[in-house]
Amino acid sequence: MQALDKKLFRDFRRLWVQAVAIALVLSCGVALLLTSFGMYQALDDTRAAYYERNRFGDVWLDTRRAPETLLPELRAIEGVYAIEPRVVGAAILDIEGRSESAVGQILSWPEDDDPLLNVPLLRSGAYPAPTSTRDVMVNEPFAEANGFEIGSVFHANLNGQRRELRIVGTALSPEYIYTISPGGMMPDNEGFGIIWMPERAVAAAFDMEGAFNNLSVRITQDASEEEVIDELDRLAEPYGGLGAYGRAQQISDSFVTSEIAQLRGMAMVVPPIFFAIAAFLVSMVMGRIVALERSEIGLLKAIGYSDLEICLHYLLLAGFIAVVGIAIGWGAGTWLARGMAVQYAEFFDFPYLLFRVPGWVYAISGLAALVTTMLGAARAALAAARLAPAIAMQPPAPPRFKRSVIDVAMARLRLSQPTVMILRSFFRWPGRSAMTCLGLGFAVASVVAASFVNDALENIVDVAFYQSNRQDAMLLFTENVPETTIAEVRRLPGVLQAEPQQYLPAILRNGPLEKSLAVEARRPGTDLSRVIGADGEVSTAEPGGMLLSERLASQLHLGIGDTVEVEFLSGRRETHEMVVTGLVEQYFGLGAYADLDYLNQVFRQSPQMSVVNVTLDDNELDALHARLKDIPRLSGLIMMNDTRRSFQDTIRENVVVMNTVYIVIAVLITVGVAYNGARIQLSERARELASLRILGFSRGEVSYVLVGETMLLALVAQPIGWLIGAGIAQAMVGAFSSDIYSMPLILNPDIFSRASLVVLAAALASALIVRRRLDNLNLVSVMKTRE
Amino acid sequence: MAEVIFRTEDITKVYDTGEVKVYALAGVSLELYAGELAVLLGPSGSGKSTLLNILGGLDHVTDGRVWFRDLELTDLNDRGLTRFRRDHVGFVFQFYNLVPSLTAQENVQLVTDVAPDPMPAAEALDLVGLGHRLDHFPSEMSGGEQQRVAIARAIAKRPEVLLCDEPTGALDSKTGVQVLEVLKTINDQFGTTTAVITHNAAIQQMAHRVIQFQDGKINEVHVNETRIAPHEIVW
Repeated sequence: MQALDKKLFRDFRRLWVQAVAIALVLSCGVALLLTSFGMYQALDDTRAAYYERNRFGDVWLDTRRAPETLLPELRAIEGVYAIEPRVVGAAILDIEGRSESAVGQILSWPEDDDPLLNVPLLRSGAYPAPTSTRDVMVNEPFAEANGFEIGSVFHANLNGQRRELRIVGTALSPEYIYTISPGGMMPDNEGFGIIWMPERAVAAAFDMEGAFNNLSVRITQDASEEEVIDELDRLAEPYGGLGAYGRAQQISDSFVTSEIAQLRGMAMVVPPIFFAIAAFLVSMVMGRIVALERSEIGLLKAIGYSDLEICLHYLLLAGFIAVVGIAIGWGAGTWLARGMAVQYAEFFDFPYLLFRVPGWVYAISGLAALVTTMLGAARAALAAARLAPAIAMQPPAPPRFKRSVIDVAMARLRLSQPTVMILRSFFRWPGRSAMTCLGLGFAVASVVAASFVNDALENIVDVAFYQSNRQDAMLLFTENVPETTIAEVRRLPGVLQAEPQQYLPAILRNGPLEKSLAVEARRPGTDLSRVIGADGEVSTAEPGGMLLSERLASQLHLGIGDTVEVEFLSGRRETHEMVVTGLVEQYFGLGAYADLDYLNQVFRQSPQMSVVNVTLDDNELDALHARLKDIPRLSGLIMMNDTRRSFQDTIRENVVVMNTVYIVIAVLITVGVAYNGARIQLSERARELASLRILGFSRGEVSYVLVGETMLLALVAQPIGWLIGAGIAQAMVGAFSSDIYSMPLILNPDIFSRASLVVLAAALASALIVRRRLDNLNLVSVMKTRE
Repeated sequence: MAEVIFRTEDITKVYDTGEVKVYALAGVSLELYAGELAVLLGPSGSGKSTLLNILGGLDHVTDGRVWFRDLELTDLNDRGLTRFRRDHVGFVFQFYNLVPSLTAQENVQLVTDVAPDPMPAAEALDLVGLGHRLDHFPSEMSGGEQQRVAIARAIAKRPEVLLCDEPTGALDSKTGVQVLEVLKTINDQFGTTTAVITHNAAIQQMAHRVIQFQDGKINEVHVNETRIAPHEIVW
């Protein structure tokens, strides 16, 4: 090994604490890049493979009842590759040992052959026999959550008939990667199951012989989804078509898609921040090393080492830091990605996860880390190479301080000399001070961004579950029932309060823009389910008017006072023009609200409803559930308390993990920046500080200069960090918003104070660690050292 | 007449600080001969170090010309000067300029790694009487020992010229004499042309020639008829 290489290794060993502090910041970038890219790749690959192998549909269509004779016409639509008609129904389930009722989504299993599209992947047992009337196959998570085995039985209320069903197989389906019940907000594997039942049995139960009410379509590669949808809608119109939709509106797929988009966004945005901070730290440390080794550089040049060799020597030193950072990052990233893959496997129902972090992701993350480190070191390394040998051999000129307005101000304030030293150093190197503050600002921002999500979710829960939806349960009916049914509901055990509500599938149009959704209709003064805007005020749709969520209004380019064309897809299927009377900011779904009485009047019908919101007496829940299982036409039951609890549990779990991760990240950044900054200051100021000690300043007074500058920088960094954090929060609001949910931009003061506390504490700890070196400073030897 | 190793022709070096121009060298013409030990004397700021840096290829002239044998240094670019230093020149500095993270032997290896025909590092250290301190770090050695390592480092490449800038400046008289002994031994044994800068007038007695500097110019050159051995020098 050459002597210069030995110097390299020993220099690295001497600098290892600083090097590791930087390497850790760098490794965060590498690990996050690896994790987010790895997971993005894993989810994307797995989904693509799953969809392809199990022939996931492209377009779906729900109708009230369409005859099978329509199928040849549907097949003949240009661009249609394959179709799969089904009968789909809902059923209240009675599961032994479970007092609450569960809800089942019944899907017909074709009689003559296996399904063409959305083929379920058998996990255990067998497909149900076509002629059986009680054999069913259920989705695996539902079976596992309820402790079902092959041969287990449960009861279902199928269109008013109580039937015993026997499980002969379990499966997973590409349609239910994210399994959520209609109207539900959170997956609930125990309370919601997918049930595949032989076609003949389902058709008989739901009165659908020779007909279907759900269609899956696979289109050819060159087909236009929009045109196929239009054609499907046209043909299904006479049969109560409820509007065909593509994958973007398929609930499961849209959840997976938004997750994949988030991962990709994270891979693009977050790692570069870490790389930039690491590059800055490398630049700061290497700059100092080159300054300290000035005479050694002169010597090397005098001996005959070329500029290139010297430049490479310092680049290699930075390269070592990069190598350590990359190694830690790869290790941590691989571990983290694996951990996340397990989390995803739990969250999403994939039959398998094609998890592999491709080699190129390792290569890219390593290369990115190496390149940014090199860029950080480049300035110092070039300065070393450019240093003229004759000048390098002489002590550097003392840094130039000039009197400025700031000095005049400082003189006016009669500050102590140590304070003047701190301030002057701060202003003497404005670039370095600014970069340090920016680095610490990112640490603050990291905590702000994490805490913001916490508060935003809390707020969503508060508005959605405590202010808007105050009911204990929602009873969903298969179709509209006369409002008089509410009297029956009120007579159920434990029901304290019951209010009607109606969901009307509709297409809202404004010129060429349209959106399919369910219009919610309720009475003014309704107490249990209300529309609450972001301002916390209750909004009510006026007769003839419509309230729209801001997101929906902006998608349809509508404002208050505009007219919207509403094509109702149920009942008489009439189209009416309604005036937008108000906009509300909402976090869940694309809401459109109307007055129930007004709609009944326009439809020229006796009052109808499809949902009853109730409050319940907890003591009579068991009795209520026992009765619910037998109510005909009840298709679903959402226990809001369960939903609230499950939502809050999920949030709490995620928030704890996320806050921990981001606080660790913030501490790593702070230590990286503050520790290195203080070490550099100490190295630059050793003579000054030793002189002060010799002049009679106490250890505390001298420490003040060192710790004071670090803390001054940390303090100045706070507002910068708050601003960056607020910016990141704003960007997150934009990135997270989808048709499914959106996030409010809520920035409480305690978010900022917590972030500041974390970063200031970490900065102080870093400065104090460096301060200990001050105690060990050998005054005489420092004074003897040549500058 | 001995062969001329260095020849300068009316060289000047001006440092332009923006406000004032400082003439570090104001027209110096000089020849250094093969195998001679020359002492450059003069007060601080008289131009000795600047001249030495220019001869060693560490610095450029503002005006004038410099030759090393037939090679015109003033024609060379940085790459050429690096090559020249690597192949021909050994430097010794007042503050030793050892790399603190390298042992004595490794500090010498810095040179042997890049020189075309070096002697083994251990041999060079033996020559300066430090054969037993090969694995010591600079911090474990006295000032005199460190300076001898620096000399070993300078001679390990078997340079034709040895340029020493205040080699005893940071040393007490006893260790200073030891260092001068080493320089004389090298000069006698290998015939290495040696230029020693000092403002210690006592040292001039060991030189073949003494060149006096004043205000960036050569004030006087005189030849010592009788030289004395370093151990006879006292200061």
